Amino acid sequence: MKFAVIVFPGSNCDVDMYHAIKDELGEEVEYVWHTADTLDEFDAILLPGGFSYGDYLRSGAIARFSNVMKAIQKAAEEGKPILGVCNGFQILLEAALLPGAMRRNNSLKFICRPVTLRVENNETMFTSLYEPGEVITIPIAHGEGNYYCDEETLTKLIENRQIIFRYHDENPNGSLENIAGIMNENGNVLGMMPHPERAVDALLGSADGLKLFQSIVKYWRVKHVVTS
Amino acid sequence: MSLLLEPSPTTIKEEKLYREMGLTDEEFAMVERILGRLPNYTETGIFSVMWSEHCSYKNSKPVLKKFPTDGKQVLQGPGEGAGIVDIGDGLAVAFKIESHNHPSAIEPYQGAATGVGGIIRDVFSMGARPIALLNSLRFGELTSPRVKYLFEHVVAGIAGYGNCVGIPTVGGEVQFDAAYEGNPLVNAMCVGLIRHEDIQRGVASGVGNTVMYVGAKTGRDGIHGATFASEELTEASEAKRPAVQVGDPFMEKLLLEACLEVVQSDALVGIQDMGAAGLTSSSAEMASKAGVGIEMNLDLVPQREAGMTPYEMMLSESQERMLLVVKKGREQEIIDLFAKYGLEAKAIGQVTDDKMLRLYFHGEVVAEIPVDALAKDAPVYHKPSAEPAYYREFQQIDYVPHVENYEETLLALLAQPTIASKEWVYDQYDYMVRTNTVVAPGSDAAVVRIRGTKKALAMTTDCNSRYVYLDPETGGKITVAEAARNVVCSGAKPLAITDCLNFGSPEKPEIFWQLEKAVDGMSAACRALSAPVISGNVSLYNETNGEAIYPTPIVGMVGLVEDLDHITTQAFKQAGDIIYVIGEAKPEFGGSELQKWLEGRIFGKAPSIDLEVEAERQEALLAAIQAGLVASAHDVAEGGLSVALAECVIAAAGLGAKVTVSGDIVAELFSETQSRFIVSIKKEHQAVFEQLIEAKPIGEVTADGTLRIENEHGEAIVNLSVEQMRSVWKGAIPCLLKSKA
Amino acid sequence: MYKVKVYVTLRENVLDPQGTAVKGALHSLSYHEVQDVRIGKFMELVIEKNDRDVEELVREMCEKLLANTVIEDYRYDIEEVVVQ
Repeated sequence: MKFAVIVFPGSNCDVDMYHAIKDELGEEVEYVWHTADTLDEFDAILLPGGFSYGDYLRSGAIARFSNVMKAIQKAAEEGKPILGVCNGFQILLEAALLPGAMRRNNSLKFICRPVTLRVENNETMFTSLYEPGEVITIPIAHGEGNYYCDEETLTKLIENRQIIFRYHDENPNGSLENIAGIMNENGNVLGMMPHPERAVDALLGSADGLKLFQSIVKYWRVKHVVTS
Repeated sequence: MSLLLEPSPTTIKEEKLYREMGLTDEEFAMVERILGRLPNYTETGIFSVMWSEHCSYKNSKPVLKKFPTDGKQVLQGPGEGAGIVDIGDGLAVAFKIESHNHPSAIEPYQGAATGVGGIIRDVFSMGARPIALLNSLRFGELTSPRVKYLFEHVVAGIAGYGNCVGIPTVGGEVQFDAAYEGNPLVNAMCVGLIRHEDIQRGVASGVGNTVMYVGAKTGRDGIHGATFASEELTEASEAKRPAVQVGDPFMEKLLLEACLEVVQSDALVGIQDMGAAGLTSSSAEMASKAGVGIEMNLDLVPQREAGMTPYEMMLSESQERMLLVVKKGREQEIIDLFAKYGLEAKAIGQVTDDKMLRLYFHGEVVAEIPVDALAKDAPVYHKPSAEPAYYREFQQIDYVPHVENYEETLLALLAQPTIASKEWVYDQYDYMVRTNTVVAPGSDAAVVRIRGTKKALAMTTDCNSRYVYLDPETGGKITVAEAARNVVCSGAKPLAITDCLNFGSPEKPEIFWQLEKAVDGMSAACRALSAPVISGNVSLYNETNGEAIYPTPIVGMVGLVEDLDHITTQAFKQAGDIIYVIGEAKPEFGGSELQKWLEGRIFGKAPSIDLEVEAERQEALLAAIQAGLVASAHDVAEGGLSVALAECVIAAAGLGAKVTVSGDIVAELFSETQSRFIVSIKKEHQAVFEQLIEAKPIGEVTADGTLRIENEHGEAIVNLSVEQMRSVWKGAIPCLLKSKA
Repeated sequence: MYKVKVYVTLRENVLDPQGTAVKGALHSLSYHEVQDVRIGKFMELVIEKNDRDVEELVREMCEKLLANTVIEDYRYDIEEVVVQ
C-alpha cells in the first residue's frame, strides 16, 4: 500500500507522518509537494500538521487553494482514505471536504500535551482495530482546535455517526460536543486535531495512534483482495 | 532626497554626533585615522554598530579568552554562527545560545519571537538541521502586572515562533527575582544536527564570486535608536523612528528548508545570517575571515519601504535574511532553488581582493572601509575591576535559618515560582514536533533521540544567579556543574557548553569583577568536567536606573546518550526500589530558596563546591546508569533534599516514598549543598550499586502516594500526600498569574 | 482605482474568546459599562478598475477567501480613489 504525505509551504509534521508510515507501519510512503497535479498512484492521502502559509488569514485558508487540492478532491470522490491531522484537518474544513470550522482555543493559548480520546465509532476504515468506546492517549498541539458547526450540521454528524473521536477526560480547547475528530458522510475522509502520528512508539509515550494507520491498511487489503 | 538630510562629516565631528551612536571620542579619532579622512554618516553608523559590545565583544574579549575551547570532540569552536561537536557515526551537533533581552523588554512577544528566529538561523547557517530549542528566562517577581505581562507575552512569542517553524522547544528554565524587574532576560538556544561533510562556514572567499541576498526584504526595523534627532528635521526623524523587529516564522521555515538544500550545492561558497547589524556585520565578517573585500550595490537590495538610505539599509535588523557567497556564473541555480520555496535570491555584489567594504548607491561610492577594521581589528578594552563591598561583607556572614514546621516549609517552597511546575509555560510549546522527544520538559534535562542510531542528545540550560551574585567564582563553577548534573542524571556524558553572559555595565569595576570571576569559575568547571565552551554570546548593560541585574551567566549544555536504554528520568519507578543519596548535606543556606522565603532577600556565602568531588560523583553515577543499575536519578538543587524528593514522587504515577534523615534536620531537608543526587535502584542491584558508588540508602519507594520523612526516632517530620504537593506545585504559577496585584 | 475596506468578524452566535478576554480586561479597568466586545479583522485592498463590477468582485473574494462564512461575517466599504 502506498501513502502520500502532502507538503504545503509551512507544513511541519510531514516528517513525523512519513516516519510513522515508513518506520512503524512499514508501508510505502512519499512526500508530495503542494504543486502536484495528480495523486493517482497513491492508495491513501495524508495531510499533515503544521502552519501552512504561516496560518495567516485563517488556518488552512490559503492552502486549500493549492494545486494539489484538486487531486485531493478527486481522490475523495474515488473513495480513497484521506486523513487530515491538525492543520490538515483545518485545510479539509476550509476546503469543505468536511463540515464546520475551527475557532481559537478557549484559553487563547497554544496547547501541547497528551490527551485522552474516546473512540466513538469503530466501524470505519480508520478505526476498525479499536474497541468500541476504547480510550486512547494521543497528543494534541494546536492553537485553533475549537471545533464549531451549526446545529443542523451537528445533528447530521450525530445521526450519521460521523463523530469519530471525542475528548475524554477534559476538553482542552472548548470544541463543540467535545469533538476531536470527524468523518465525511462517505466515510473516507477523516479530520482530527490530535496527532496519531506522534503516538506510534512507546518510547515517546504512547503507541495508541498506530492502530489508526493499521486500520487503513487492513481496509485497503480487504478491499484489494475482494476487488482483484 | 533624504540623503541630503544627513549631517555632513564635519558636522558629525564638530557636534560629536557619533556619541549618540555609541562611539567615544577616542574611537571616533581611531576611525578618522583608519580612513585617513572624516567618515560620512553611513560610515559612522557602520563603525558604531560593528564596534558595539554586541558585535565586537570589545569589553569582554579579554575575559572570554580564559574559556577552554579545545577538546578532541570539538569540530568548531567559538567565532562562527554556532559551535560544533562530534558525536560519532559521521554526525555532529551544532548549538548556540543568544540573548534578546532588550528587544523583549520593549515588545515582549516580538522580542522573544525574533530572538528564537535569530538563533535558529545561526544554527542552520552552519548547514545543520535544527532539532531542538531551549530557553532561559528571568523576570521580576510575579506580582506586578507589568511582570505578568512580560512573562505571558515572552512565552507566547517563543511559542508562536518555534511552533510555527516546527522545531520542538524541549526545555529551559524560568526564574523570578526582583533583580530582573526592569530588565527581563530572554536567552534562546538552538541545537542542530549535521553530517561532518556538510559543515558550512561564514566565509566569502574567491575573488570575483557573487554576493547574494536571500529572504525577507529590508525595512527600517530595529535601526539603532541613536539616529540624529536635530529639531529642524522632526518630520524626517519621525519617519526614521526605529521600528520594532517583527518576526515571520513562516518565512523562516521556508528559508530554513531552502538553505539546508543550498548547502548541498557546490555552487555555495559561504553563508551567514544577517543578525545584529544585519547587512553590515554579515558582509564585513565574511570578508574579514576570508581575507578579502566585498562590494555591494545597495540599489539592488530588496527593500520593503520606499526611500531607504544606505545608512538605514546597512543598519537595518529586519529578520529572516541571509547573505550568501556563490561561485561566479552559478547564480541562476541558486535563484531557481530559492524560487521553489517562493523566495527571492538576488545578486547584490561581489568578492574583491582589496579587503575593503565598498558600497554603491545611485552610482556613487557611499562607504569605503577596510573590513578588518570592522571585524577582527575592532578595539579591545581592558576594563578596571574591583571587588565589591557587598562581597566582602557577605563572606563574613554565617546564616542559620530557623524552621519550625517542616511540612509547611516544604509546601511553601514547592509553591515558590522558581521551584513550582513550569507546565503553564511548556504546555504552550510544541515540544513533540519531529517526534524525537523522549524526555519532555519537566525532568532534569530534555532528551531527543537521533533517528537511525541508538543515540540521543540530552540538553539543558542552567544558572542559579543568586549564587553567582553572592560569589561569582563559586557561582560560575556551580552553574556549569549543575548543567552537567542534569545531563548526567538523564544518562548522558557532557559534550560541551554554550554560554550567554548577562551582566550589568562593564564600565563599573564591581560589575566587571563579577564578569571576570564568574568566567574564572565557569572555566575551571569546564576543565574539570571536560566540557569546553564552543559558542556563546555576551549581553552587558543589563541595568535599570543604575541597578544591575544579578550576574547571570546562562549555560546551555548538550550531552551524548550512547544508547537509548541509558535514558533516565527523575521519576521514581516502582514501589520497593531503594532510595539513595549521594553526597552529605552541610548547613549551607546563602542564596537558598529557604533563605529567600524566610528573609525575603538573599545574603551570605554561596554553597561551596569541590570540582574534583563533583567530577568523580558524576562519573560514577553515569557509569552506574550505563550499567543499567539506576531506575531514577535527580540532582539535589533549589530547595534541597526535601524538594528534590517531592519532585521525584510528583513525577511518578501513584507512588510515594518513605525516608529517614538524622542529624541537622534543617540542613538535611533544605540545605543546597552542591554535588548531591537522589537515585533509586531496584533491590537486586543493591550490592553492585554500592560497590560502584559511595551512596547512603535513606529509604524506599512506596505505593501509598505519600511522602513520609522520619527522623532517627521514627517520628514523621513530613507526611504529605503526593496529590497535595502536586496541586500546590502545579497550581502556583497559574494562581499567581490570575491573582490581581 | 478603488480602496476597499473589509471587516471580518465572528458571527453573532459564535463564541469569541478574544472578545470575552478583552471585555474582562476592560471590566477590570472599571469600564463596567462595556456590554460586549467582538474582535475581528480589518483588511485594506487596493483594486484596479476593470470591467467587472467592483462590489461583485469584493463579495466574491470575501466568500472565497477573506472570510470563512461558517463562523465569520463580513462587510466592506468601497471608495473610489483618484490615482495621482
